[in-house]
Amino acid sequence: MDYGRSSRDVGRAKLPTAIKILIAGGFGVGKTTMVGSVSETRPLRTEETLTDRGVGVDDLSGIEAKKTTTVAMDFGRISIGEDHVLYLFGTPGQERFWFVWDELALGAMGAVVIADTRRLADCFPSVDYFERRGTPFIVAVNCFEGARQYDIEEIRMAVDLGPSTPVVLCDARRRESSKNVLVTLVEHAMQTRTSSSQEPATR
Amino acid sequence: MTSLSDGSADEQWLDDEAGRIVRPYVMTRGRTQPSRGKIDLITLVVTINPVITAEPGLGPEHHTIVKLCDRPLSVAEIAAHLDLPAGTVRVLLGDLVDRGFVAIQEPARETDVLDLETYKAVLNGLRTL
Repeated sequence: MDYGRSSRDVGRAKLPTAIKILIAGGFGVGKTTMVGSVSETRPLRTEETLTDRGVGVDDLSGIEAKKTTTVAMDFGRISIGEDHVLYLFGTPGQERFWFVWDELALGAMGAVVIADTRRLADCFPSVDYFERRGTPFIVAVNCFEGARQYDIEEIRMAVDLGPSTPVVLCDARRRESSKNVLVTLVEHAMQTRTSSSQEPATR
Repeated sequence: MTSLSDGSADEQWLDDEAGRIVRPYVMTRGRTQPSRGKIDLITLVVTINPVITAEPGLGPEHHTIVKLCDRPLSVAEIAAHLDLPAGTVRVLLGDLVDRGFVAIQEPARETDVLDLETYKAVLNGLRTL
């Protein structure tokens, strides 16, 4: 890339490669908590304004003007050496913001779907979405205090996951635990992408 | 109106109850699309010419971005720091790229993420966090 005129010595410097990982799951399941526990800064919030993409969003029948919707997303950053920066984006929790996911999921390395065993069905939309889109994902069960502990295989059956999708238990508040979740995801994504790179996506 | 800007570019012209007083797209003079392509949320921005003098058409937000991007920041981070929607920041960035104040680097596309070395570097980095 030509950086053009430069008064500083960054003219030939290489910018790091930015990589996106999505943190999905139902409302209040611990998405922002996980982003915050593993990020190098406290979670930031950004607003994305979207125009005229909504399907069934704010249905104002008869009003012909373009619709604009603003969604807020929490995100964090992990610098990896000089060459890579990982950005973790919490997906907006409400189903009506699904169309944002397409923009977010574009180019993402993978996704973590956080599940709460007391409200397991809340993670189904996220699981459906990433399965359909072919985005590599894992399910991380956030072990809330007081919630009954389930066996990983029980959860896999309840969510109806294929045998290749990893399921891990985690505590989203703990940095080490969130870090392990990300390691599992990146390992899974690496395996998925490198083994399927020869086939065209059919899903 | 609670605070008038004292000229500091970081100052937000906000009213806690009314929200933003200046609508985001006033800063972009009504433009909703940047002058060049689509700029992703994780597109990285770095300042390559920090000397902004009184350039016509550049407002305080432009100046703040040039100051902020002394180190590479993503569009999402710039938007969060400026408390502006990402779409507004994209338009402002288009102006700054056109005038040679900042350089941007688009993220790797999905097909490029297949690069095995990238996965290995990320894994090693995460493990040693």
